[in-house]
Amino acid sequence: MTCTEFLALLDDLIDDSVTPQMRSDLQQHLSCCDHCVVTLNTTRKTIEIYRSHEIYDLPTGLRERLHAAIMARCKKGC
Amino acid sequence: MATIQPIAGELEPHPDVALVERVRGGDVSAYDELVRKYERQIFRISQHITQNREDAEDVMQDAFLKAYEKLEQFQGNSKFYTWLVRIAVNESLMRLRKRRTGKMVSIDEDVETEEGSVPRDLADWAPDPEQNYTQAEMGRILEKTIKGLPTGFRVVFELRDVQGLSTEDTAEALGLSVPAVKSRLLRARLQLRERLSRYFRRGKSRKQHPAKEPSAAKEPSAAKELGAEK
Repeated sequence: MTCTEFLALLDDLIDDSVTPQMRSDLQQHLSCCDHCVVTLNTTRKTIEIYRSHEIYDLPTGLRERLHAAIMARCKKGC
Repeated sequence: MATIQPIAGELEPHPDVALVERVRGGDVSAYDELVRKYERQIFRISQHITQNREDAEDVMQDAFLKAYEKLEQFQGNSKFYTWLVRIAVNESLMRLRKRRTGKMVSIDEDVETEEGSVPRDLADWAPDPEQNYTQAEMGRILEKTIKGLPTGFRVVFELRDVQGLSTEDTAEALGLSVPAVKSRLLRARLQLRERLSRYFRRGKSRKQHPAKEPSAAKEPSAAKELGAEK
């Protein structure tokens, strides 16, 4: 397996949607390619970091105000 | 009044099905639950598209009001949240059209980026790179980094990787094909990784900042309605 072929299956590996045979081929490539090991690990870390930091969070006060405005209009029939 | 059928293939109906039924029966408090459940997610999607906090607030309100008005049209063939995201995406794009007269943004245009999809920075990251930055610094880095991606990439990454939607639901919510979602997701992940590498690579001191941020990928110059590349 080449690095390009590995990259084409990177998402399937991260999303755990590979067949046992594919997984075995990918593991074999990883055992001899440090670059793809780094790409896999740092891509996983990228996803993990974005999942654990809400970059566009709504402050509670604003959330309540917006929520109240939506519900007030819904109760009036919009 | 139409009833909502459980989604084929699922043993248990989604909890939203009962809430939607209650709203249709006149119970506004059930809609209150749906709003509380999804308002943060809808706000984030709107912010990713509009790139403007005030617009995102307006879009969030408008999307929930429109969904309430149109609830009779919701057939239950898709999940309520998927349907709601589609409304929010359309509201966000409409907001951009009002705000920008010349430069338009679409979700479906397959943008060619300068960076491509081949990893170039192959340096490993520090074991726990977040420790080198405060929470506020991390927030700024992550926001700046994701803002550099094309709109369609940002939204696909948000729905698939941050909110955890399936590829199929993401495709339905955005009016894209499954292969188009997969293609955008791979490039979004790799480009975010590449950009974050500048901050998180092993041996990087927090005092050092990337010499130059990569320029943002070119957004499409002409508006294309949702639905192409299916």
